[in-house]
Amino acid sequence: MSDNVLELDDLTIRFKLKRGDLTAVNGVSFGVKRGETFGLVGESGSGKTVTARSIMRLVPMPPGEILKGRVLFEGESVYDKSDNEMREMRGKKVAMVFQEPMSALNPVFTVGSQIGDALRTNLGMSKQEADERVVELLSLVGIPSPASRLDSYVHEFSGGMRQRVMLAMALSCDPTFLIADEPTTALDVTIQATILELIESMIDRFGMSLIFITHNLGVVAHACDTIGVMYASHIVELASKQEIFKNPQHPYTQGLLNSIPRLDHQSKYLTPIKGLVCNMMNPPTGCKFHPRCDHAMDVCRQEIPQMKEVAPGHFAACHLHN
Amino acid sequence: MTETLLEVRGLTKHFKLDNDIVSRIAGKTRTLKAVDGIDFFIKRGETLGLVGESGCGKSTTARLITRLVEPSEGEVMFKGENLLNYNRSEMQEVRKAVQLVFQDPYSSLNPRKTIMQILSRPLEVHNLAKSWSEKRRRVLELLGLVGLGEEHADRYPHEFSGGQRQRIAIARALAVSPELIIGDEPVSALDVSIQAQILNLFRDLQEQFSLTYLFIAHDLSVIRHISDRVAVMYVGKIVEAGDVADIFEQPKHPYTKALLEAVPEADPDKPPPHLVLKGEVATPIDPPPGCRLCARCPLADDYCAEVAPELKDDGTGHYVACHKV
Repeated sequence: MSDNVLELDDLTIRFKLKRGDLTAVNGVSFGVKRGETFGLVGESGSGKTVTARSIMRLVPMPPGEILKGRVLFEGESVYDKSDNEMREMRGKKVAMVFQEPMSALNPVFTVGSQIGDALRTNLGMSKQEADERVVELLSLVGIPSPASRLDSYVHEFSGGMRQRVMLAMALSCDPTFLIADEPTTALDVTIQATILELIESMIDRFGMSLIFITHNLGVVAHACDTIGVMYASHIVELASKQEIFKNPQHPYTQGLLNSIPRLDHQSKYLTPIKGLVCNMMNPPTGCKFHPRCDHAMDVCRQEIPQMKEVAPGHFAACHLHN
Repeated sequence: MTETLLEVRGLTKHFKLDNDIVSRIAGKTRTLKAVDGIDFFIKRGETLGLVGESGCGKSTTARLITRLVEPSEGEVMFKGENLLNYNRSEMQEVRKAVQLVFQDPYSSLNPRKTIMQILSRPLEVHNLAKSWSEKRRRVLELLGLVGLGEEHADRYPHEFSGGQRQRIAIARALAVSPELIIGDEPVSALDVSIQAQILNLFRDLQEQFSLTYLFIAHDLSVIRHISDRVAVMYVGKIVEAGDVADIFEQPKHPYTKALLEAVPEADPDKPPPHLVLKGEVATPIDPPPGCRLCARCPLADDYCAEVAPELKDDGTGHYVACHKV
C-alpha cells in the first residue's frame, strides 16, 4: 500500500488534431505524498500543464484521449469517477491556481461573489456566511482591508493581488491538494517572492500537498521537495531537490542547469543545449532528447529509455545508465 | 580613454492623461511620469544593462533614445550630438547606427513577408545594396552570422521557433551595420536552453563587430551575465548605477538590495527568496515629491518623503540615489 495521495501511473495522453496526432504526455508516472511539494519543471510545450490538468480532468476530450495509464487520487481512479464525484473532488479536495489571474478570474463579477460562489455551491453556505468566510480568506492571503475589497472587481487589483485572490479562491473549500500552474511566472521578481512565501506558509499551515509547475529552476530550488523534469512529453528525471541540483543524472537536466546565467559565478559564455526543442507533431525516434545530446549513442536513436533508479530515490530515463 | 557613445541627460517623458475618466471627473490633468529625469552613459564597446520591474520605464527609455516616442525634456547625446535637435532625414541616418531588438519575435516580424524580404528591407531603406544579387548575398551573410542558413531565406516567420525568430530579429538589426544595439527584453520570451544560445550570440556579435549594447531586462541573472555596467530603475528614476560587480556584490540602494534578495537562485543551499520591502510598487501617476521608494523602504524618514534624492557618484563610478547611503 503506497502512502501517495496522488499517483500517476504510465499516463499517456494524445491529442487528435487536424494536422495529425500529438502525444503531449507520454508514460508519465510519479506519486505525491501527503504534505509533499512536488515540482514539475520543463520548457514550453514539454507537457507540464497537460499533466497537471489531467489530474483534475480538465483536458478536453476530444481532441484529447487517455491512451493508457491512470490517475489515482486517494487510491481512486479519477477517470472512473462520475460527474458528481468529480464535483466533490474539484475545489473541495483538489484546487488549482493558474498562471494568468486576469484570465482565470471573472471580470464581470466582484471578488466577493466569485469566491463566495464556490462556498455557496460546494459547502451550502448562505450569502452572509459566505461573505464572512471570504473576508477571512482575503485577510489570510494578505489582502489589506479585506472587508472593503469584497465588492471590488478583478481589474481593480494589481497582478500580485490578483494572484492572492486566486489563491484565496483555491483555498476556500479547504482542499488537501493544490496544483499551482506557473503561479508566479507573470509576476515581477519582488511580487514573486511574496507569493512564494505565501504559498509556502499556506502549505505548512494546512498540511496540503502541492504540485508546483514552473519553468523557473530558481523557483523549484526553493519551493519543492521532489522534482520531476519533463522534456518533450516524458519525465526524464525524478529525484529530491538536492539530488536534482547537486547530482543531476540526465543530460537534459545537466544541460538546463548549465544554461542558466548565475548570480554567484560568472563566465563569459553560457553553455546552452545545442539545437532546438523537437517538433512534437513529428518527434524523433528513441530518446526524444538524442538530437540535442552530446552523449547520444545508437541505442538512443532506436529505443525510448525507461526510468531507472540510479541512486536511492533518484530516477533517470537515459541509456547512459544501462 | 574610451569614447562615450551615448549619453542621456535629464531624459524625461511625461504622458498627460487628459482624456481618461478619472482626470475628467477630477477636472484636472493627471501626469504619468514614465521616465522622470534620468542620466546615464554608455562607452563604446560596452554593455549597459538596464534592469527594473514592469512599468518602471525601461522600454520607454529605449523608445525615447530612438525617438520612437518623443521625449518631453532632456538630451540624448549620440557621439556628442543631441539627437533631439535632428530633423527627419538626420534621424534616418542615426537609425543606421542605432538599432532595436524587441522582446516578442512573434509580433516584431511581419508574418506576410519571407525572411529574405524582412532582411532586405533595411538594406533598401538605407540604400545599402545596389543590385538584387548584392542584396541576396548580404541577406545570406546575415543569416550565417546569426546561425541560420540559406535554406531559411525563403520561409515565413511562422515556420520558425521563438529562438530562431529572435535570431532573425537580430540579423535585421545587424543589416545596417549599427554601432549601438538596444535590446528591449530580447531574451525574456525564450526558454532557458534557447535563451543561453541567444545570449552567447549577442556576446559573439559584440566581439566580432565591436558593438555597443543597451540591454534591457527584468531578469537579474541575465543582466549580471551580459552587462559591464548596470543601471537599476524604479518608477521612472535610476536609483543605482555602476560596474556590474559593484551592483551585484555591494549594492547600496535599498531597492537594489531588495531586488537581489527576491531572486530565487537555482541552488537549494542558497537562502530562499525574500522581500524586505513593504507593499506594492508605487504608481508613476502624479507621484508625491520625495523618494519614490519611501513608502516601502525600511530606512525611510520624513526627509525622504519630501526631497527626492539625486543620483550621486561616490567617487568610484558607483552612482546611488538615496539619502541614507
